[in-house]
Amino acid sequence: MTFPAFLFYTFAALAVLSAVAMLMNVRNTVAAAMSLVITMVALAGIYVLLEAHLVAAIQIMVYAGAIVVLFLFVVMLLNLRSDDFAPPRQRLVKLVGALLGVFVMSELLRAFGGLPEFRPPPEGFGGYRQVGIALYTDYVLLVEVSSLLLTAAIVGALILAKRKID
Amino acid sequence: MPVEVLIKTVFILIVVVAALAPVITWIERKQSAVMQDRIGANRADVGGITLLGLLHPFADVVKLLSKEDVVPEGANRIMHLVAPVIAAVPAVVAYAVIPFGGVYDFGGEPLSLVVANPDWGLLYIFAIGAIATYGTVIAGWSSNNNWSLLGGMRASAQMISYEVTMGLSVVGIFMVFGTLQLQDMAQAQDTTFRVFGFLEYLGLHLPPWLGRFPFVLPAWGIFLQPLSFILFLTTIMAENKRPPFDMPEGESEIIAGYHLEYSGMRFGLFFMSEFIEVVVIAGLVATLFLGGWTIPWISQEAFIGAVAPIFGVGFATGLCLVVHFASFMVKVIVMIWLQMALRWTLPRFRYDQVMDLCWKIILPLSIANIFVTGAVMLLVRGQP
Repeated sequence: MTFPAFLFYTFAALAVLSAVAMLMNVRNTVAAAMSLVITMVALAGIYVLLEAHLVAAIQIMVYAGAIVVLFLFVVMLLNLRSDDFAPPRQRLVKLVGALLGVFVMSELLRAFGGLPEFRPPPEGFGGYRQVGIALYTDYVLLVEVSSLLLTAAIVGALILAKRKID
Repeated sequence: MPVEVLIKTVFILIVVVAALAPVITWIERKQSAVMQDRIGANRADVGGITLLGLLHPFADVVKLLSKEDVVPEGANRIMHLVAPVIAAVPAVVAYAVIPFGGVYDFGGEPLSLVVANPDWGLLYIFAIGAIATYGTVIAGWSSNNNWSLLGGMRASAQMISYEVTMGLSVVGIFMVFGTLQLQDMAQAQDTTFRVFGFLEYLGLHLPPWLGRFPFVLPAWGIFLQPLSFILFLTTIMAENKRPPFDMPEGESEIIAGYHLEYSGMRFGLFFMSEFIEVVVIAGLVATLFLGGWTIPWISQEAFIGAVAPIFGVGFATGLCLVVHFASFMVKVIVMIWLQMALRWTLPRFRYDQVMDLCWKIILPLSIANIFVTGAVMLLVRGQP
């Protein structure tokens, strides 16, 4: 096994195990959130191995660094303890989860056969230059539309917050 | 190649981080003493030798190591034990991408004095800093203490707010130097520029009384992006949560905040990570805004070109390396001094003032800075 392959399997195992740990800790919200962080960081490691450096940095900065910290902030604000949660409705959740799992697994197994031949990525692939050029030439309309969406979300949040104060 | 990386890593850990961080605790005590007209630490002695109080850091370490490591009742034991490590590791590894010297040609492969130079350079430091938030937040939550929890909450809100503005405040620097790699940024600053040169780009002529002065400045970030320098220094100091931004600790309000329930070396880890971050901030600001390892007004070629005819190229390159490293260390120490002086000058802000500063002042100013920088670059270079 080459060193990159070893790293890949390490990160992959870490991602899967911490994702499982998140589900196991569903009543201890902080532990679940920290498991989610480990999953995010492990995925970022895999992105680095795939030469997608910018995506890896954003994965850590946005998902691990901002979104999960906000989760934790809310959890702390409400100061939830594990006994605040009623036992979840087990039957239905488990059934839906199992069905989804079987579906994803079968799709993955099906996809294994049709994997394309490996080609090394072109020079500078996944760097901030390539991503930036792609975003502001080919996908500029989508970038503008999503910025409009975000502005609308900010304005909406402001209105909701203001109404409470007034 | 791995041997070279290993040597550079050990060098940076020993010379910059491990040597400076304990000395900083002494500098902080002595500087605050001078600023408040006290004597400061001078009691720790070995056989009557005090070395101006320089033995205090060693006494502190002995004390911290020999104290009992308490885990409070009802705490989440694993997270309580892990939190200081999560806080300390990012501070130590951030120095991997900060260059402490330039690129030197000794024949064979050029020697670049930076441990790693990935193409996402500065984003690496931002990502590492984002992880450091968890050390504080988890410490506050896992201690099973309401004061700690308040400290952790303050830390989480403060640190994500300032992460956003910290990233935006240096976009101007990315635009001017056209790179994210810190070694390339430092090399781009190894030159000079004429302060009023932009007037000629606009087709204007210098007034004669101005034209008599050369006004040649080193092309440092602080001169090209002065607003960005102030905003970045403010946000990164808030990110390190030292006074005047120490809301998560706030002794007078929430006792000691997130590390209230920590004792012994685990408290020491929080304490040390804060001081190591001071060194990291100093190195980062020196590299982005003060030219890193460059010597003002004397570029690397000029230096080697001047020394080489007398002593030979090899010696000139070696001398250049030593002078560059010294130049970098001088800038780092100046930035450490500045942080200390600010810490002992300004009183702690109120929590709402910190949030207002971030979202109502720094954020609009950073965005305005990006637009103005873009407009000026378009005018001067004629193309983006």
